[in-house]
Amino acid sequence: MFRYIVRRLLQMVLTFFGATFVVYALMFAAQDDPIQALVGERPITPSQRTALTERFHLDDNFFAQYWYYMKGLLTGDFGTSLTNRKIADMLADAWPVTLRLSLLAIVIAATIAILAGVVSGIRRGSIFDNATLAITLVVLAMPIVVLAPLAQLVFGIKLGWFPVTAGQDAGLWQLLLPATVLASLVVATELRVTRASVAENLRADYVRTAKAKGLTRARVIGVHVLRNSLIPVITLIGVDLGALMSGAIVTEKVFNIPGVGFNLFRGIRTEDGPLVVGFVSVLVIVFLVVNLIVDLLYAVLDPRIRYE
Amino acid sequence: MRGNGPWKMAAGVAAIALLAAGCSGGSSDDDETLPNTISIGIVEPESLIPSNSTEANGSSVLASLFYPLVRFDEQSNPYTVAAEAITHDKANKVWTIRLRSGFTFSNGEPVTVDNYINAWNYGAFGPNAQVASYFFSRIDGYAQMQSVDPDGTGPEKAPEPKATTLTGLRKLNNLTFTVTLSTGFAGWESVMGYDAFYPLPKAAFKSEGVLADNFGDAPIGNGPFKLKGTWQHDSKIVVEKVADFKGTVPKVDGITWKIYQDLGAQYADLVAGNLDVETKIPIESLASASGDLGQRLQKSPSSAFSFVGFPIYEKEYANKDVRRALSMAINREEMTDQIFLGSETPATSFVSPVVAGYRKNSCGQNCEYNPTLAKQIYTAANGPTDIKISYNSDGGHKAWVDAMCNQIKASLGVNCTGSPEPKLADLLKKVRDHKSVGMIRLAWTMDYPLMENYLGPLYTTDGSSNFYGYTNTAFDSLVREGSEAATPQAAIKKWQQAEDILADEMPVLPLRFGQNVYGFSAKVTNVSMDLFQKVDIYKIEVAN
Repeated sequence: MFRYIVRRLLQMVLTFFGATFVVYALMFAAQDDPIQALVGERPITPSQRTALTERFHLDDNFFAQYWYYMKGLLTGDFGTSLTNRKIADMLADAWPVTLRLSLLAIVIAATIAILAGVVSGIRRGSIFDNATLAITLVVLAMPIVVLAPLAQLVFGIKLGWFPVTAGQDAGLWQLLLPATVLASLVVATELRVTRASVAENLRADYVRTAKAKGLTRARVIGVHVLRNSLIPVITLIGVDLGALMSGAIVTEKVFNIPGVGFNLFRGIRTEDGPLVVGFVSVLVIVFLVVNLIVDLLYAVLDPRIRYE
Repeated sequence: MRGNGPWKMAAGVAAIALLAAGCSGGSSDDDETLPNTISIGIVEPESLIPSNSTEANGSSVLASLFYPLVRFDEQSNPYTVAAEAITHDKANKVWTIRLRSGFTFSNGEPVTVDNYINAWNYGAFGPNAQVASYFFSRIDGYAQMQSVDPDGTGPEKAPEPKATTLTGLRKLNNLTFTVTLSTGFAGWESVMGYDAFYPLPKAAFKSEGVLADNFGDAPIGNGPFKLKGTWQHDSKIVVEKVADFKGTVPKVDGITWKIYQDLGAQYADLVAGNLDVETKIPIESLASASGDLGQRLQKSPSSAFSFVGFPIYEKEYANKDVRRALSMAINREEMTDQIFLGSETPATSFVSPVVAGYRKNSCGQNCEYNPTLAKQIYTAANGPTDIKISYNSDGGHKAWVDAMCNQIKASLGVNCTGSPEPKLADLLKKVRDHKSVGMIRLAWTMDYPLMENYLGPLYTTDGSSNFYGYTNTAFDSLVREGSEAATPQAAIKKWQQAEDILADEMPVLPLRFGQNVYGFSAKVTNVSMDLFQKVDIYKIEVAN
């Protein structure tokens, strides 16, 4: 187990450098005139252009720029955004709120998906099963650009049940509505996977054995069926967590949450290479760590899986 | 972990997640509103250093923190505020500014002439790369403070500029100084109303000519409000009243500038009553806004001017009759009504209605919708059969560009297509390289309320935003003569003559004048907006 983790961590270092290099190269290739992008529609004086070009090393070649960036990164300095803010500060401002938002979304999605999925799996073809099928289809079919403003209008403005926007230091209550909207992105797939998995495991031999042994129904389903059914669901949740963090651009915009999605969008729009690479680097780490945890969870759920 | 392990784990994970979500959410004192304070929505400012701010959001916040030398009355004429008197010599070249005594910065430092001179020198010094640096370019000695990279974008470093201070600034005593311009300019007093001309306290500087690291996040000004804490990026900027402020005292005790990434989210908060003023109602909410807000939805003139530039360097557009015909071929009114829902007004002049000297319809017949005449002229001039209008696709321009193309198609019977570029920077790069882009979507908002601020940058040969390469020596000299004229009235006369040349030559096709379309909550009253897209913080008050 220990050796496995060490091996995975070493692989992560390689993946990390590879990913940042690729993102840096892409941003470099897409960079056209970041100084003009920075000042918007205003004209820019030659001496100002000169000063900014030198401040951000924009006149160096790709490898020199990448070297400057990596040198900073390895000494814990994420560099300076073209807006003159320390990227480390921006990361520190943006990550907590996105992390809270996506964790909350995951909890909401997983709770609904697993509970409803188990019930649907047990009572296939029932009214409940068909109803959840229909509802998840509707939610799945609605793009988030419609769902988010709609939820805001109905539950925030018209009914007044939830706060309309969340903001940077939003608490659990402000984040509940955006997190639910975000959860709707993934709840349908998670529910379907749970349902299929439960349905399949119900027919397994060990379930028949368990029933034959005279175990209570709750124990059969709660321990024998559910535990085995969770493996594919956990995999899915692991992947979803990453997707939710990077994919929250729309939700963050509608509910005014200045998180990771917002910063990525801003960085790409203003051709702010270091900003994008900084955020993506952290995203890469999150993805890798989450996937490691998911892999380790397999072993917890299924004793037959061992890592050497 | 056996048996009910997974359940325990799930519960554990859920508990951690909820804790993480709940704990750092300091929602306790955020929404606490003091009785006489208001909130105004903005977008994250680019900078809160006066000489580094050229957009309305930063400018709004700065207006609460600083007290300008001059402000502008209803007719856009300057009147002194922090200055007691501003006088000038006959040639409009040497300006003497006397400050009001007794003013202090919010940290207690008295405001003296040195605060102005140091701030302006900092803003003008090329290597500081301040975006509003060009405001100082009229002052003597500006050119010596700039340096040019010898090899352009190459690796070689630019040399240090020859000077670090403006030779045109001279201190006479603690409250009086003179500004010497390189050439006379009648409108200089108006220019000094801009943000770049605010003073900076001694505390702003780490050493001579170097700003303290955190000053941009916690600026200290000479204005009616002071910052509470620091700028909370992407979240909010809170300002509170300065005790015993010597100038005009605002009616509210504090302002929270709430930062939004999106105008739609801002509008939702306005309607829900979480925000007091939104300075720009998004177009997609305009249809429902009068229902949502009623009397609390208002319009006021702004200085924005939208137009389409003709690439005069291209053969097809070199003939002015082609340009005239295209201008007559479009129905401006229909565009502002149908697409902008009346939030903008049709433009038939080359300068905005907000500046003194503006004449309605100075473009005359050339800006009147007349498809038959347009077609005649166009055919006679042998205009191009394929028209292209280039625009940046990140600014919501597609709808009107397509509409304009349809009008051109209908009127002239030629083919017309809108051609999107990802960003304005991409578009301008192509224009600079004289690539074939067709007509170019452009816009301008003024820096100071003078006709010259439209005529100079947009249409003179070396104008900073004259991307389309229009050049006319008679026009250039009229603009210059106007700038050097003895009185504002004489200046306006010259500038109007210059504008007449534009009406004849049509280097651009005037389209629309912007308006501030703003809304406010029932909590506030007396909300008005100025020409610079800023809320008048001295007038606004909390309703009883």
